[in-house]
Amino acid sequence: MTARAIQPHSYLGEDWGIAAWLTSTDHKRIAWLYFVAITAFFFLGGSMAVLIRAELVTPAGDLVSDDNYNRIFTIHGVVMVWFFLIPSVPATLGNFLLPLMIGARDLAFPRLNLASWYVFVGGSLFTLFAILMGGIDTGWTFYTPLSTMFANGWVTTAIAGVVIVGFSSIMTGINFIVTTHTLRAKGLTWFRLPIFVWTLYATSLILVLATPVLAAVLVLLALDRVAGIGIFDPALGGDPLLYQHLFWFYSHPAVYIMILPGMGVVSEVIPCFARRPLFGYTTVALATIAIAVFGFLVWGHHMFVSGQSAYAGLVFSLLSYCVAVPSAIKVFNWSLTLRKGEISFEAPMLYALCFMALFTFGGLSGLFLAALAVDVHLTDTYFVVAHFHYIMVGGMVTAYMAGLHFWWPKITGRMYPELPSQIAASILFVGFNLTFFPQFILGFLGMPRRYHAYPAEFQIWNDLSSAGALLLAVGYAMPLFYLGWSIFRGAPAPDNPWGATGLEWQTSSPPPAGNFAQTPVVDRPPYDYELPEGLE
Amino acid sequence: MTGVPFAPPEASNFAREIDALFYALLAFSFALGLFLTVLVIRYAIKYRRGSGANRQGKRMRNLPLEVAWTSSSLVVGIVLFGWGAELYMQRFHPPTNALHILGVGKQWMWKFQHPGGQREIDELHVPVDEPVIVELASEDVIHSFFVPAFRVKQDAVPGMSTNVWFTATKAGTYDLFCAEFCGTAHSAMAGNLVAMTPQDYAAWLEKQPTVDSPVAEGAALYRALGCSGCHEGRGAVRAPDLRNIFGHPVALANSSTTIADTAYIRDSILDPDKQIAAGYAPIMPAFAGLIGESELMDLVAYIESLSDKGAPS
Repeated sequence: MTARAIQPHSYLGEDWGIAAWLTSTDHKRIAWLYFVAITAFFFLGGSMAVLIRAELVTPAGDLVSDDNYNRIFTIHGVVMVWFFLIPSVPATLGNFLLPLMIGARDLAFPRLNLASWYVFVGGSLFTLFAILMGGIDTGWTFYTPLSTMFANGWVTTAIAGVVIVGFSSIMTGINFIVTTHTLRAKGLTWFRLPIFVWTLYATSLILVLATPVLAAVLVLLALDRVAGIGIFDPALGGDPLLYQHLFWFYSHPAVYIMILPGMGVVSEVIPCFARRPLFGYTTVALATIAIAVFGFLVWGHHMFVSGQSAYAGLVFSLLSYCVAVPSAIKVFNWSLTLRKGEISFEAPMLYALCFMALFTFGGLSGLFLAALAVDVHLTDTYFVVAHFHYIMVGGMVTAYMAGLHFWWPKITGRMYPELPSQIAASILFVGFNLTFFPQFILGFLGMPRRYHAYPAEFQIWNDLSSAGALLLAVGYAMPLFYLGWSIFRGAPAPDNPWGATGLEWQTSSPPPAGNFAQTPVVDRPPYDYELPEGLE
Repeated sequence: MTGVPFAPPEASNFAREIDALFYALLAFSFALGLFLTVLVIRYAIKYRRGSGANRQGKRMRNLPLEVAWTSSSLVVGIVLFGWGAELYMQRFHPPTNALHILGVGKQWMWKFQHPGGQREIDELHVPVDEPVIVELASEDVIHSFFVPAFRVKQDAVPGMSTNVWFTATKAGTYDLFCAEFCGTAHSAMAGNLVAMTPQDYAAWLEKQPTVDSPVAEGAALYRALGCSGCHEGRGAVRAPDLRNIFGHPVALANSSTTIADTAYIRDSILDPDKQIAAGYAPIMPAFAGLIGESELMDLVAYIESLSDKGAPS
């Protein structure tokens, strides 16, 4: 214990009592609180995914009943979207790193930050209660009138949880926006900010602007269900499609909440391990904002066969292709960053390269779904399931793993073990593709999503997918063990193990409670890897 | 089906054209994906740390290159949009001589009725080489009519009239699914679409129990519900004559004009005050909640049959 790398003045070294953790307003400790909470939710959502894939090994619905199957995929979706993906990178890595990256002592509103965690946990208790009491079977999209007049489960309780958790998102978003505007170190101009900060900023804008619409639509849904006000009930003059418009007005931008921070992470990792400045930095920063803005204008592409007007379909399709452009630009920029670099392949870089491949696959499959006539065939099939898992799991979760390994030395003061991490990254890549690539074929063949049983001709691809899921589960479980081990037994980490350029690397590992002994002054552009660094 | 399936059968007028776009997208994605993969792997090997590769002439940006890939991405996007849009718009223009079939989704079955009145559940028999339009409605939640072999899908939304049309091109039995999650037995809301030669279809129709056609059932309802009392001008109350209404322009009380399509007639039965015909008092009772989807479809079919623009029966 005496040889621990944790110095007495580090944020980890001050007080280890439960009360000290639960009342700390230090952004670094709050990041840990979020980390513990969302890791639990990740494995809850993940175990539901394992049950889904187990059921689909055989065409007949023979493992669980149809109602239970519907509950399982609903829990999987609700938990993964609202209790893991949305808070994942922003609330953990973002919370920990944003003040460090801009040379601040904390976020602008430290107590609001702590409150956001309590709101998150409070909201999640509602949803967990709904799950434990028998669950809900509406799908994570809560489409009306199924959710209002025909579902028997704990719909109102579950959406109460989602609405409450939304307030935690809004609190985090406001905090990040104000922090980025007001607490940047001297000399840290907007175009000297790391891309990770740009992406957190763009994400926060979406959180603040879109989440209230989700709250509004879910409250209307609850009123429809409980009080029968009929907003979405055609028998009372309501419109079920209005629900879809409002829901996707939030939930499509939410997709970008779930990917932009991941793009930010790999924009830090790739330059560091290629020892090159990010190619086209300004373009990547502006593309981030463009994605956030255009992301608000494409919700109707979820509704091409819903009965919405043909002309609405045309507009939403065209805008969907527009939002693809800044994403494509980013992939080209990351690729060109590697050119003439000095590339090494530690685990964060392997994860980042996996991200690039999987995000590109996911993005390209989006081109199919934005093409109106092709979407008519593919929508509501496994093609869509594969598409968004490539983006959200192959993209966001892989980027999260990249970031976790990259900043692990800074967060814990310990190095993670390299070889197991590289093996885990490789297993993840193979397992992921084996799980989800067959689902593209299933979707093209016409297998609808949310099917408890399916025709026998689809079995071969379902079996491959289920086999891949096992491998993927191993790839996700491994870090739990070796990262856990490294907290206690890992080699002490130097302040800047990767020779990276960000301000967060200029303080000690782990950082002191106030982040910096001396407030840094910035006089250099970002990703300044061209200057000789004091590396190794 | 033998072997491992990679693609669904192409059995409708839409299938081949939509597949052409699908495979073009596949080729483009494969080419771009392969290019990026080769590029990244090449860089990863050539510029691995410690390699002796020449690193002179590094660049942090290259404006012409960035402009080139941004504008070409945009061009590709617009081409894909136009291609997809052109095919998509065909959905909204069914041929006027199409065979009209009524389809109602309910938890958890599809009910269909042919123009001659023949009914079937979870199976739909259609002739090949003849356009077919399926008018869709739902009695409870949202369902979606999906025939992968035809590349067609359309949601059936409660309170709304939607339709889907196609021309089967190959006789055979194909999967018919509900594609929109609709509750407990969603995956059991599936059946077969049977495409037959016109002769076989006619023979199949013959073998079904004789029942009234939707138009005949609609006509009976029209009298039973008292519609005829006012709309045929014999009662004390004056209401518009419904002959030759369908497909024709109607002047409305708010000085606008609308074409009386299926949705208009439907809405006018369920909620007459929504669009009052010019010159008439808003006194008709609303039928929303009083008649079921199938009855409503029959009634609409009857009113449509009174018009020269109605479907040939």
